[in-house]
Amino acid sequence: MRAIGIILAGGNNHRMKELSQKRAICAMPVAGSYRSIDFTLSNMSNSHIQRVAVFTQYNSRSLNEHLSSSKWWDFGRKQGGLYVFTPAVTVNNSNWYRGTADAIAQNLTWLKNSHEPYVVIASGDGVYKMDFNKLLEYHIEKKADITVVCRDMEQGTEIERFGTMKMNEDFRVTEFEEKPLQAKSNSISCGIYVIRRRNLIEMIERCVEEERYDFVRDILIRYKDMKRIYAYKIKEYWRNIASVEDYYGTNMDFLKPEVRDYFFKQYPDIYSKVDDLPPAKYNPGAEIRNSLISSGCIVNGVVENSVIFKKSYIGNNCVIKNSVILNDVYIGDNTYIENCIVESRDTIRAGSRFVGENGIRIVVEKNERYVI
Amino acid sequence: MIKKEMIAMLLAGGQGSRLGVLTSKVAKPAVAFGGKYRIIDFPLSNCINSGVDTVGVLTQYQPLRLNTHIGIGIPWDLDRNIGGVTVLPPYEKSANSEWYTGTANAIFQNLDYMESFNPDYVLILSGDHIYKMDYEVMLDFHKANNAEVTIAVMPVPMEEASRFGIMITDENRRITDFEEKPEHPRSNLASMGIYIFNWKTLKEALINMADQPALDFGKHVIPYCHDKGAPLYAYEFNGYWKDVGTLSSYWEANMELIDIVPVFNLYEEYWKIYTKSDILPPQYMSSDSVVQRCIIGEGTDVCGRVYNSVIGCGVTIGAGAVIRDSIIMNNVVIGPGCEINKAIVAENVRIGDNVKLGVGDEAENDTAPHIYNHGLVTVGEKSVIPCGVSVGKNTVIAGETTAADYPDAYLASGKTLIKAEER
Repeated sequence: MRAIGIILAGGNNHRMKELSQKRAICAMPVAGSYRSIDFTLSNMSNSHIQRVAVFTQYNSRSLNEHLSSSKWWDFGRKQGGLYVFTPAVTVNNSNWYRGTADAIAQNLTWLKNSHEPYVVIASGDGVYKMDFNKLLEYHIEKKADITVVCRDMEQGTEIERFGTMKMNEDFRVTEFEEKPLQAKSNSISCGIYVIRRRNLIEMIERCVEEERYDFVRDILIRYKDMKRIYAYKIKEYWRNIASVEDYYGTNMDFLKPEVRDYFFKQYPDIYSKVDDLPPAKYNPGAEIRNSLISSGCIVNGVVENSVIFKKSYIGNNCVIKNSVILNDVYIGDNTYIENCIVESRDTIRAGSRFVGENGIRIVVEKNERYVI
Repeated sequence: MIKKEMIAMLLAGGQGSRLGVLTSKVAKPAVAFGGKYRIIDFPLSNCINSGVDTVGVLTQYQPLRLNTHIGIGIPWDLDRNIGGVTVLPPYEKSANSEWYTGTANAIFQNLDYMESFNPDYVLILSGDHIYKMDYEVMLDFHKANNAEVTIAVMPVPMEEASRFGIMITDENRRITDFEEKPEHPRSNLASMGIYIFNWKTLKEALINMADQPALDFGKHVIPYCHDKGAPLYAYEFNGYWKDVGTLSSYWEANMELIDIVPVFNLYEEYWKIYTKSDILPPQYMSSDSVVQRCIIGEGTDVCGRVYNSVIGCGVTIGAGAVIRDSIIMNNVVIGPGCEINKAIVAENVRIGDNVKLGVGDEAENDTAPHIYNHGLVTVGEKSVIPCGVSVGKNTVIAGETTAADYPDAYLASGKTLIKAEER
């Protein structure tokens, strides 16, 4: 592969509400067994990108724990490997990452020391599968300076919260707006870019001189007429996690057979950190309907249209409906949960009742857990 | 100089012929167990959990699955700069090349491997038991008694004692005598096939006994050490320990895992069992599925009904299928409308639509009643069973069978259907 990878994993989003209090969005558990960054990491690994940097900043403990070993994504190599960069104080710099471009700028040495001609930049919060080799081929074929992956969104999606773009018949980008008040196009940027490494270094250096720090605003939009920016349109599944509704919806998508088939059955696989948990166990009283259950769970109650993450315990006579239960949650007997996202490591007392009346309710219950 | 206090030698070369078609293509330690594990995961996990980080795995019979499973030992944290796991197959020598002819002979042929770690103690394990045991505690016992050999023993009911190698000890647990499968046992302490040797004692015994054909620990090495007057001690173990050497004991041990609070609990935080898992996604239960009293591995899709069963990873169970009291291993596909009772279905088997397994009356198996009994249906790995057939009890199926192999779409109880290329 002739590219290195950069994963932007620093961000936080207030629209994730309580869920982002303890972790960066890239470390959000997704689809029962994964975390959102696994998708981008696996895509890079499966595309044979060997040198990958992850830029983290906000609440990185959970993410660092997940990335504690690079072997799960096959990055434990002599050639290349996985680099995790958090902001560091140096002689010349004592700032946090002031934006995505600044994050790259602060680690420019890494970029300069690489020898691959291209860079794939991707945000770590997307749920998708992509062969970056094809993206790179397209980039070269179009003689583009920057290629932006884009997707036409269906009617009804909140296009205004993405970067929207317009392009000519040759797919050259003519307009690019970040989170417009009123979208002029339903093509949105997926936050995945290819760019020549030397060009990136040049542009970033110039950005920093001008005290500009954002990759989208200060590079993509600012240079859109000067540089040849092309759009690479995808039609496959892609979703990013930016709000509670997105997060809930993404998890629920995995209850659809075609989505499961695409991610779980079709080659190549998505990898994640292996947790060494025993198989899920179903005791008498367990009734599961249209749900995903992960390893290490013990189920004694009713689960309907829900996604249950790893190592959860569901007590007797419980009813869990249309909910997402994150890792290592203990749910006491006779509990009723509907339309909720239950935060990981929660302990829910027996006989509780949580119902999301208008939309999704986030349940954070830190009770004492008595383990027998 | 490299120094390891204790290294382990894990005997994993046996066929385990009493598991029938389950071991026709894989060595017994590589047979799947408990949904996602393989039998060898238990001794390997015990090693790393006990702080033994150097393990030689002796392979001989059908080693491919075992080799790919162990790899460089990553799942057990046995990928080490010094030590770690090493697979030790028999090899050609300038003179006297031979297969491993017995348990102790296999160890003898790897004296150089053991020597290279300069150990004080060598732990001998076998790869065919299900248990959790802290070998460090056993080593402490060994040291405290100044023993040269310590044998792990387990109290068994007196009436079953005649099936085991029995140790007779004095009040200090020093072994005074032993007998192999005695008719009138004088003790109920059965040997578990787990030994700790002082390295010097082991080396000396193996070199002196080298010419003994089919050199075996139980038959030759232990008696040799005893006759020499070396202090032999019995270390009593009281936890769960199960020999899964026969199809019925294998089936029972799996079924014990689905009890509400199983005797052998895989869900304890302490003493984890590790395995190589290459299937990660969660399992999916459709709206019409029923799962009761079962354990199910990752990535399995259940559209049918499952009762009292152990289901592996990546299994597909079609709509309307009913599975009872069965063991289904990894990547099996079961068609819609199937009815499966008390069956052991090995990995990568394809079962067509509306197949019935385990129906009809009991009848003794016609080729190997000592292997295929207890009413079990056993299906060997990569077998194919065509749509619409019924299969009786105490039956065995291996190979890509077609409708022509089932006269009247029925394989009567006690029949054996093993395709020629599988023999």
